Amino acid sequence: MRLSRHLLPASMLAIALAVSAAPLRTDVAKSTVSAVFKQMNVPVEAKFRKFSAQIDYDAAKPGAAKARVEIDTASLDVGEADMNNEVAKKDWFNAPQFPKATFVSTSIKAGAAGGQLTVAGKLTIKGKTADVTFPLTVRTAGTGQVFEGVLPIRRLAFNIGEGEWKETSLVADEVTIKFSVIAAK
Amino acid sequence: MQRYARAAIVFHWLIAVLIVGAFALGLVMTDIHGLTPTKVRYYSWHKWAGVTILALAALRLLWRLRNAPPDYPDSMQRWEKTAAHALHLMLYVFMFGVPVSGYLYSLAAGVPVVYFGVLPLPSLIDASPALKPVYSAIHYWLNMGMAALVALHVAAAFKHAFITRDGIVQRMLPSWQCTTSKEIV
Repeated sequence: MRLSRHLLPASMLAIALAVSAAPLRTDVAKSTVSAVFKQMNVPVEAKFRKFSAQIDYDAAKPGAAKARVEIDTASLDVGEADMNNEVAKKDWFNAPQFPKATFVSTSIKAGAAGGQLTVAGKLTIKGKTADVTFPLTVRTAGTGQVFEGVLPIRRLAFNIGEGEWKETSLVADEVTIKFSVIAAK
Repeated sequence: MQRYARAAIVFHWLIAVLIVGAFALGLVMTDIHGLTPTKVRYYSWHKWAGVTILALAALRLLWRLRNAPPDYPDSMQRWEKTAAHALHLMLYVFMFGVPVSGYLYSLAAGVPVVYFGVLPLPSLIDASPALKPVYSAIHYWLNMGMAALVALHVAAAFKHAFITRDGIVQRMLPSWQCTTSKEIV
Protein backbone atom coordinates (compact mmCIF):
# COMPACT_ATOMS: atom_id res chain seq x y z
CA MET A 1 0.00 0.00 0.00
CA ARG A 2 2.76 2.38 0.96
CA LEU A 3 4.46 1.77 -2.33
CA SER A 4 1.49 2.66 -4.50
CA ARG A 5 0.70 5.70 -2.43
CA HIS A 6 4.12 7.05 -3.34
CA LEU A 7 4.19 5.76 -6.86
CA LEU A 8 1.02 7.44 -7.98
CA PRO A 9 1.96 11.04 -7.18
CA ALA A 10 5.46 10.40 -8.50
CA SER A 11 4.25 9.19 -11.85
CA MET A 12 1.79 12.05 -12.08
CA LEU A 13 4.61 14.45 -11.43
CA ALA A 14 6.69 12.83 -14.16
CA ILE A 15 3.89 13.22 -16.66
CA ALA A 16 3.32 16.80 -15.63
CA LEU A 17 7.01 17.57 -16.11
CA ALA A 18 7.08 15.97 -19.56
CA VAL A 19 4.05 17.92 -20.70
CA SER A 20 4.94 21.36 -19.40
CA ALA A 21 8.65 21.13 -20.22
CA ALA A 22 9.46 22.85 -16.97
CA PRO A 23 12.86 24.46 -16.65
CA LEU A 24 15.75 22.18 -15.90
CA ARG A 25 17.02 22.01 -12.35
CA THR A 26 20.34 23.79 -12.20
CA ASP A 27 23.05 22.33 -10.02
CA VAL A 28 24.58 25.59 -8.87
CA ALA A 29 27.21 23.88 -6.75
CA LYS A 30 28.70 22.18 -9.80
CA SER A 31 28.15 25.09 -12.17
CA THR A 32 30.57 27.96 -12.62
CA VAL A 33 30.35 31.45 -13.98
CA SER A 34 33.59 33.38 -14.11
CA ALA A 35 35.11 36.51 -15.56
CA VAL A 36 38.55 36.50 -17.12
CA PHE A 37 40.10 39.94 -17.19
CA LYS A 38 43.57 41.21 -18.02
CA GLN A 39 45.29 43.26 -15.37
CA MET A 40 48.40 44.87 -16.85
CA ASN A 41 48.29 42.10 -19.44
CA VAL A 42 48.05 39.38 -16.82
CA PRO A 43 45.02 37.16 -17.35
CA VAL A 44 43.17 36.57 -14.10
CA GLU A 45 40.08 34.42 -13.68
CA ALA A 46 37.59 35.25 -10.95
CA LYS A 47 34.46 33.27 -10.14
CA PHE A 48 31.03 34.53 -9.26
CA ARG A 49 30.11 32.63 -6.13
CA LYS A 50 26.35 33.32 -6.28
CA PHE A 51 24.16 33.06 -9.32
CA SER A 52 21.07 31.28 -10.50
CA ALA A 53 20.25 29.94 -13.94
CA GLN A 54 16.92 28.88 -15.35
CA ILE A 55 17.28 26.87 -18.49
CA ASP A 56 14.39 25.54 -20.48
CA TYR A 57 15.88 23.23 -23.05
CA ASP A 58 14.73 20.21 -24.97
CA ALA A 59 17.28 18.72 -27.35
CA ALA A 60 14.46 17.86 -29.75
CA LYS A 61 13.32 21.49 -29.95
CA PRO A 62 16.35 23.72 -29.44
CA GLY A 63 14.52 26.65 -31.06
CA ALA A 64 12.04 26.67 -28.18
CA ALA A 65 14.76 26.89 -25.56
CA LYS A 66 14.95 29.74 -23.09
CA ALA A 67 17.54 30.82 -20.60
CA ARG A 68 17.69 33.33 -17.81
CA VAL A 69 20.73 33.84 -15.65
CA GLU A 70 21.04 36.08 -12.61
CA ILE A 71 24.39 36.81 -11.09
CA ASP A 72 25.06 38.45 -7.73
CA THR A 73 27.60 41.07 -8.68
CA ALA A 74 28.92 41.32 -5.13
CA SER A 75 29.87 37.66 -5.22
CA LEU A 76 32.84 38.01 -7.60
CA ASP A 77 35.74 36.32 -5.86
CA VAL A 78 39.06 37.79 -6.97
CA GLY A 79 40.90 35.77 -4.34
CA GLU A 80 41.16 38.27 -1.50
CA ALA A 81 38.32 39.31 0.83
CA ASP A 82 39.39 42.98 0.88
CA MET A 83 39.55 43.10 -2.90
CA ASN A 84 36.15 41.44 -3.21
CA ASN A 85 34.71 44.31 -1.19
CA GLU A 86 36.44 46.82 -3.45
CA VAL A 87 35.04 45.24 -6.61
CA ALA A 88 31.49 45.56 -5.22
CA LYS A 89 31.94 49.32 -4.77
CA LYS A 90 30.68 52.15 -6.93
CA ASP A 91 33.57 52.32 -9.42
CA TRP A 92 33.21 48.67 -10.35
CA PHE A 93 29.91 46.79 -9.97
CA ASN A 94 28.16 49.22 -7.62
CA ALA A 95 26.52 46.19 -6.07
CA PRO A 96 24.43 48.09 -3.50
CA GLN A 97 22.59 49.85 -6.35
CA PHE A 98 22.86 47.09 -8.98
CA PRO A 99 22.97 43.83 -7.05
CA LYS A 100 22.22 41.60 -10.03
CA ALA A 101 23.61 41.18 -13.50
CA THR A 102 21.15 39.37 -15.74
CA PHE A 103 21.10 37.60 -19.02
CA VAL A 104 17.77 36.83 -20.69
CA SER A 105 17.73 34.98 -23.98
CA THR A 106 15.70 36.35 -26.86
CA SER A 107 16.45 33.65 -29.41
CA ILE A 108 18.20 30.30 -29.36
CA LYS A 109 19.01 28.52 -32.60
CA ALA A 110 20.63 25.22 -33.38
CA GLY A 111 24.21 25.73 -34.50
CA ALA A 112 26.13 24.12 -37.32
CA ALA A 113 27.15 21.01 -35.45
CA GLY A 114 25.18 18.85 -33.08
CA GLY A 115 25.19 20.10 -29.52
CA GLN A 116 25.92 23.62 -30.67
CA LEU A 117 23.57 26.50 -30.18
CA THR A 118 23.68 30.15 -31.04
CA VAL A 119 22.24 32.18 -28.24
CA ALA A 120 21.14 35.80 -28.50
CA GLY A 121 19.84 37.82 -25.64
CA LYS A 122 20.01 40.85 -23.44
CA LEU A 123 22.83 41.22 -20.98
CA THR A 124 22.30 43.75 -18.23
CA ILE A 125 25.12 44.80 -15.94
CA LYS A 126 25.16 47.88 -13.73
CA GLY A 127 21.92 49.14 -15.23
CA LYS A 128 23.14 48.99 -18.81
CA THR A 129 21.66 46.54 -21.27
CA ALA A 130 23.35 45.29 -24.41
CA ASP A 131 22.37 42.77 -27.06
CA VAL A 132 24.82 39.89 -27.14
CA THR A 133 25.16 36.78 -29.26
CA PHE A 134 27.42 33.89 -28.41
CA PRO A 135 27.87 30.21 -29.21
CA LEU A 136 26.99 27.63 -26.61
CA THR A 137 27.64 23.92 -26.48
CA VAL A 138 25.44 21.34 -24.82
CA ARG A 139 26.62 17.92 -23.82
CA THR A 140 25.28 15.17 -21.65
CA ALA A 141 27.12 14.34 -18.46
CA GLY A 142 25.68 11.65 -16.25
CA THR A 143 22.01 12.37 -15.70
CA GLY A 144 22.37 16.04 -16.49
CA GLN A 145 23.37 18.32 -19.26
CA VAL A 146 26.26 20.72 -19.34
CA PHE A 147 25.84 24.10 -21.02
CA GLU A 148 29.17 25.73 -21.72
CA GLY A 149 30.15 28.90 -23.42
CA VAL A 150 32.35 31.94 -23.60
CA LEU A 151 31.02 35.45 -24.01
CA PRO A 152 33.45 38.29 -24.65
CA ILE A 153 32.26 41.69 -23.51
CA ARG A 154 33.71 45.16 -23.12
CA ARG A 155 33.63 46.26 -19.52
CA LEU A 156 33.48 49.97 -20.33
CA ALA A 157 30.22 49.46 -22.25
CA PHE A 158 28.74 48.61 -18.86
CA ASN A 159 30.61 51.27 -16.90
CA ILE A 160 32.59 48.61 -15.07
CA GLY A 161 35.59 50.55 -13.82
CA GLU A 162 34.85 54.25 -13.54
CA GLY A 163 37.11 57.24 -13.05
CA GLU A 164 40.78 56.37 -13.20
CA TRP A 165 39.87 52.72 -13.79
CA LYS A 166 38.78 53.62 -17.33
CA GLU A 167 42.45 53.33 -18.15
CA THR A 168 42.60 50.14 -20.20
CA SER A 169 46.34 49.68 -19.77
CA LEU A 170 45.58 48.81 -16.13
CA VAL A 171 42.59 46.59 -16.73
CA ALA A 172 41.84 45.73 -20.35
CA ASP A 173 38.45 46.65 -21.80
CA GLU A 174 37.94 43.10 -23.08
CA VAL A 175 36.58 40.77 -20.43
CA THR A 176 35.54 37.21 -21.11
CA ILE A 177 32.64 35.65 -19.29
CA LYS A 178 33.01 31.89 -19.07
CA PHE A 179 30.27 29.64 -17.90
CA SER A 180 29.57 26.00 -17.37
CA VAL A 181 26.08 25.32 -16.10
CA ILE A 182 25.04 21.83 -15.13
CA ALA A 183 21.33 21.16 -15.17
CA ALA A 184 19.10 18.13 -14.99
CA LYS A 185 15.39 17.43 -15.34
CA MET B 1 94.64 45.59 -2.68
CA GLN B 2 93.22 43.55 -5.50
CA ARG B 3 89.83 44.83 -6.58
CA TYR B 4 86.81 42.78 -7.52
CA ALA B 5 86.40 42.32 -11.27
CA ARG B 6 84.27 44.89 -13.04
CA ALA B 7 81.59 42.25 -13.77
CA ALA B 8 81.43 41.34 -10.06
CA ILE B 9 81.07 45.01 -9.13
CA VAL B 10 78.35 45.61 -11.69
CA PHE B 11 76.43 42.50 -10.57
CA HIS B 12 76.77 43.50 -6.91
CA TRP B 13 75.49 47.06 -7.23
CA LEU B 14 72.84 46.37 -9.83
CA ILE B 15 71.34 43.60 -7.71
CA ALA B 16 71.76 45.66 -4.53
CA VAL B 17 69.78 48.58 -5.97
CA LEU B 18 67.08 46.27 -7.33
CA ILE B 19 66.77 44.37 -4.04
CA VAL B 20 66.44 47.55 -1.99
CA GLY B 21 63.92 48.93 -4.49
CA ALA B 22 61.84 45.76 -4.72
CA PHE B 23 61.91 45.35 -0.93
CA ALA B 24 60.78 48.92 -0.31
CA LEU B 25 58.12 48.64 -3.02
CA GLY B 26 56.90 45.42 -1.39
CA LEU B 27 56.44 47.19 1.94
CA VAL B 28 54.71 50.19 0.36
CA MET B 29 52.37 48.26 -1.94
CA THR B 30 51.13 45.89 0.76
CA ASP B 31 50.40 48.91 2.93
CA ILE B 32 48.05 50.55 0.40
CA HIS B 33 44.48 50.11 1.53
CA GLY B 34 41.73 49.26 -0.87
CA LEU B 35 42.21 48.94 -4.59
CA THR B 36 43.93 51.74 -6.46
CA PRO B 37 45.63 51.98 -9.85
CA THR B 38 48.88 52.72 -8.02
CA LYS B 39 48.57 49.48 -6.10
CA VAL B 40 47.99 47.49 -9.30
CA ARG B 41 51.04 49.13 -10.90
CA TYR B 42 53.28 48.62 -7.87
CA TYR B 43 52.43 44.92 -7.67
CA SER B 44 53.37 44.48 -11.33
CA TRP B 45 56.58 46.48 -10.97
CA HIS B 46 57.50 44.52 -7.85
CA LYS B 47 57.10 41.24 -9.71
CA TRP B 48 59.09 42.45 -12.71
CA ALA B 49 61.86 43.60 -10.37
CA GLY B 50 61.83 40.22 -8.64
CA VAL B 51 62.12 38.34 -11.92
CA THR B 52 64.95 40.65 -12.99
CA ILE B 53 66.77 39.99 -9.71
CA LEU B 54 66.34 36.24 -10.15
CA ALA B 55 67.73 36.37 -13.69
CA LEU B 56 70.67 38.54 -12.63
CA ALA B 57 71.32 36.28 -9.63
CA ALA B 58 71.49 33.27 -11.97
CA LEU B 59 73.95 35.05 -14.28
CA ARG B 60 75.93 36.23 -11.29
CA LEU B 61 76.17 32.73 -9.86
CA LEU B 62 77.32 31.31 -13.21
CA TRP B 63 79.94 34.04 -13.45
CA ARG B 64 80.99 33.54 -9.83
CA LEU B 65 81.47 29.78 -10.31
CA ARG B 66 84.02 30.50 -13.06
CA ASN B 67 85.70 33.47 -11.42
CA ALA B 68 87.14 33.31 -7.92
CA PRO B 69 86.90 36.57 -5.98
CA PRO B 70 90.08 38.17 -4.62
CA ASP B 71 91.25 36.68 -1.32
CA TYR B 72 90.63 38.37 2.00
CA PRO B 73 93.72 40.05 3.46
CA ASP B 74 95.58 38.23 6.22
CA SER B 75 94.80 41.12 8.52
CA MET B 76 91.42 39.43 8.92
CA GLN B 77 90.99 36.83 11.63
CA ARG B 78 90.24 33.29 10.54
CA TRP B 79 86.73 33.47 12.05
CA GLU B 80 86.12 36.75 10.26
CA LYS B 81 86.93 35.18 6.92
CA THR B 82 84.68 32.21 7.70
CA ALA B 83 81.86 34.50 8.81
CA ALA B 84 82.23 36.65 5.68
CA HIS B 85 82.14 33.59 3.42
CA ALA B 86 79.10 32.19 5.25
CA LEU B 87 77.26 35.51 5.04
CA HIS B 88 77.97 35.84 1.32
CA LEU B 89 76.79 32.28 0.74
CA MET B 90 73.56 33.02 2.64
CA LEU B 91 73.01 36.18 0.61
CA TYR B 92 73.27 34.09 -2.55
CA VAL B 93 70.65 31.70 -1.14
CA PHE B 94 68.31 34.63 -0.44
CA MET B 95 68.92 36.18 -3.87
CA PHE B 96 67.25 33.05 -5.25
CA GLY B 97 64.88 32.15 -2.43
CA VAL B 98 63.15 35.51 -2.11
CA PRO B 99 62.15 35.96 -5.78
CA VAL B 100 61.27 32.28 -6.23
CA SER B 101 58.98 32.37 -3.18
CA GLY B 102 57.34 35.55 -4.47
CA TYR B 103 56.87 34.01 -7.90
CA LEU B 104 55.22 30.92 -6.41
CA TYR B 105 53.09 33.12 -4.15
CA SER B 106 51.79 34.99 -7.18
CA LEU B 107 51.01 31.74 -9.00
CA ALA B 108 49.28 30.27 -5.94
CA ALA B 109 47.19 33.45 -5.81
CA GLY B 110 46.06 32.73 -9.37
CA VAL B 111 47.99 35.62 -10.88
CA PRO B 112 50.61 34.48 -13.38
CA VAL B 113 53.60 36.73 -13.97
CA VAL B 114 53.84 38.49 -17.33
CA TYR B 115 57.32 40.02 -17.48
CA PHE B 116 57.01 43.74 -18.33
CA GLY B 117 53.45 42.96 -19.42
CA VAL B 118 54.86 41.28 -22.51
CA LEU B 119 56.41 37.93 -21.74
CA PRO B 120 54.18 35.39 -19.96
CA LEU B 121 56.34 33.31 -17.61
CA PRO B 122 55.55 29.65 -16.93
CA SER B 123 52.81 28.78 -14.47
CA LEU B 124 54.78 26.17 -12.55
CA ILE B 125 52.00 25.56 -10.03
CA ASP B 126 48.23 25.87 -10.10
CA ALA B 127 46.31 28.52 -8.23
CA SER B 128 45.70 27.26 -4.71
CA PRO B 129 43.76 29.13 -2.03
CA ALA B 130 45.25 26.66 0.47
CA LEU B 131 48.89 27.27 -0.49
CA LYS B 132 48.53 31.01 -1.02
CA PRO B 133 48.91 31.96 2.67
CA VAL B 134 51.78 29.48 2.99
CA TYR B 135 53.78 31.08 0.17
CA SER B 136 52.82 34.50 1.46
CA ALA B 137 54.34 33.68 4.86
CA ILE B 138 57.43 32.09 3.29
CA HIS B 139 57.97 35.13 1.05
CA TYR B 140 57.52 37.52 3.96
CA TRP B 141 59.87 35.73 6.34
CA LEU B 142 62.53 35.11 3.71
CA ASN B 143 62.45 38.86 3.10
CA MET B 144 62.82 39.62 6.78
CA GLY B 145 65.69 37.12 6.99
CA MET B 146 67.34 38.69 3.97
CA ALA B 147 66.88 42.19 5.42
CA ALA B 148 68.60 41.08 8.63
CA LEU B 149 71.53 39.61 6.68
CA VAL B 150 71.81 42.67 4.44
CA ALA B 151 71.89 44.83 7.58
CA LEU B 152 74.72 42.66 8.91
CA HIS B 153 76.51 42.85 5.54
CA VAL B 154 76.25 46.66 5.48
CA ALA B 155 77.32 46.92 9.14
CA ALA B 156 80.38 44.79 8.37
CA ALA B 157 81.17 46.99 5.36
CA PHE B 158 81.01 50.13 7.53
CA LYS B 159 83.17 48.44 10.15
CA HIS B 160 85.83 47.65 7.52
CA ALA B 161 85.55 51.12 5.97
CA PHE B 162 85.61 53.27 9.09
CA ILE B 163 86.92 51.20 12.00
CA THR B 164 89.36 48.63 10.63
CA ARG B 165 90.14 50.80 7.58
CA ASP B 166 91.62 47.82 5.78
CA GLY B 167 90.52 48.79 2.25
CA ILE B 168 88.27 45.76 1.80
CA VAL B 169 85.16 47.80 1.02
CA GLN B 170 86.99 49.90 -1.57
CA ARG B 171 87.53 46.73 -3.61
CA MET B 172 83.80 46.60 -4.32
CA LEU B 173 83.17 50.31 -4.80
CA PRO B 174 82.75 51.47 -8.35
CA SER B 175 85.92 53.20 -9.42
CA TRP B 176 85.96 54.78 -12.81
CA GLN B 177 89.53 56.04 -12.51
CA CYS B 178 91.49 52.91 -11.70
CA THR B 179 89.97 50.28 -13.93
CA THR B 180 93.28 48.92 -15.06
CA SER B 181 95.61 46.07 -14.18
CA LYS B 182 94.41 44.96 -10.78
CA GLU B 183 91.13 43.49 -11.91
CA ILE B 184 90.50 39.88 -12.56
CA VAL B 185 89.14 39.58 -16.04
